[in-house]
Amino acid sequence: MPSSSSRRSFLKTAFGGACAAVLTGCDRLSNTQWFPKILGTGEQLNRSAQRSITSRKSMAQEFTDADLSPEFRSNGTDNPDDPAYRALAANQFADWSLRVDGLVNQPSDFTLARLRAMRSRTQITRHDCVEGWSAIGKWTGVPLSDVLAVVQPHAGARYAVFHCADVMDDGARYYESVDLDDAYHPQTILAYALNGRALPIANGAPLRVRIERQLGYKMAKYIMRIELVESFHTIADGQGGYWEDRGYEWYAGI
Amino acid sequence: MRSSSDSYVYLRHPLAVRIMHWINVLAVSVLLMSGLQIFNAHPALYWGQSSYSGRPPVLQIGARQASDGSPIGVTRVLGQDFKTTGVLGISGDAPTARAFPSWATIPGPQWLAMGRRWHFFFAWVFFVNGALYIAYSLVTRHFSRVLLPTRDDWGSIGRSILDHLRLRHPRGEAARRYNVLQKLTYLLVMFALLPLIVLMGLGMSPRLDSAWPGWIDLFGGRQATRTLHFILAWTIVLFVLVHVFEVLVSGVWNNLRSMITGRYVVRTDRDPNAK
Repeated sequence: MPSSSSRRSFLKTAFGGACAAVLTGCDRLSNTQWFPKILGTGEQLNRSAQRSITSRKSMAQEFTDADLSPEFRSNGTDNPDDPAYRALAANQFADWSLRVDGLVNQPSDFTLARLRAMRSRTQITRHDCVEGWSAIGKWTGVPLSDVLAVVQPHAGARYAVFHCADVMDDGARYYESVDLDDAYHPQTILAYALNGRALPIANGAPLRVRIERQLGYKMAKYIMRIELVESFHTIADGQGGYWEDRGYEWYAGI
Repeated sequence: MRSSSDSYVYLRHPLAVRIMHWINVLAVSVLLMSGLQIFNAHPALYWGQSSYSGRPPVLQIGARQASDGSPIGVTRVLGQDFKTTGVLGISGDAPTARAFPSWATIPGPQWLAMGRRWHFFFAWVFFVNGALYIAYSLVTRHFSRVLLPTRDDWGSIGRSILDHLRLRHPRGEAARRYNVLQKLTYLLVMFALLPLIVLMGLGMSPRLDSAWPGWIDLFGGRQATRTLHFILAWTIVLFVLVHVFEVLVSGVWNNLRSMITGRYVVRTDRDPNAK
């Protein structure tokens, strides 16, 4: 009969080996085509559950000047190296304009001056990054709903797609999309100012979108064009955004 | 039914409880390890609404170079630095800078998007399983029959604490019932710890924060809910360690069998010299 200490070391080895095998199994499953899709049902449940217990127009919390983060953190691209973008930035974006087109009656271009002349909204909100950190900033911009009122989306339009100037490390251009519930939400603004000053390049100049009930990666920076579409499946890798094409959830409400 | 004069077998855990127990083991394990994967994406915790408030983090796990150029893992808790090379900050056969080591995270490599997928899927498994357990317990009166302390239980708390410290466990008929500390611990875990960690998880959702703007301020703000979620997760780990320890020292095979097949052997011999 084995001694109790050798039996203990056998159990320890067997237990450790079993744990390692389970973890290797988890990593294998993560790298299959099918298993992450099963896990992805969690995202659909999150989306339908969260939308059923909050209203379409529920408002994100707003803060006061006392809560502002001393410096608003820049994440991802902090200065697009696209030559066309650099040329626009060199001229303080005087030659930049936002193109809004796709499934709309009146495709239009909006210069920065035109956007600044429209009704503005200022809001102090908390920015929650998918990585886990939060920062509080004061944003000023045009409600996206006002811009949509000018271009008049078709009845068949279901998503607003933001096409951006920044090219990521892997050579793909940043883009994002939201559905029209979020596009028409009163706190969804095209921001051109942060903390009372012109939007810095590190935070997305000349224009970034604020979608306050979702995580930071939804809030595209360096926006060049907004396209109204019925489906985003033909754009890039078809998942609705740069990070979505790399495995992140399209619905980023949590 | 009595199988011999000094011991008999009875059905300790019904099939439904056994199944839900093991589903819970799976779900909580995946939630912990995928949670550590998510934590690794920004390995710092704060109190308050934001991470950038001018105040330092309450906990931070990082890596830096020692004076001889070798990488060291440093965990800073409330301003106090601890060297944690090998486990926190720096770990792996080829030393890598990461907060929790790859053997503690799902998936092993740094992969936030996949960690979130595991986390949210098993959060639903955990939630549905827990809801079914509560429904089952209400219908079968499981709580009042098995978990609610009796009048006698309340009177025996002092003795139960001493018995636990001496690792003395109820024998004979008394072993058929949970002891009072066990009942209170299970109730605390089920009705305080687990609901609270779910709530703190939901508190990190910008969409759910908008349901009633400012509700997370009751818990100190969004970054505080993240910190509490982390602390509660380790409180669950602490519970599991004590739970498994008690399983080991109070008759491991009998306990394990009763949670797998349901059958538990009660020894009725009253030999005072029995260990």
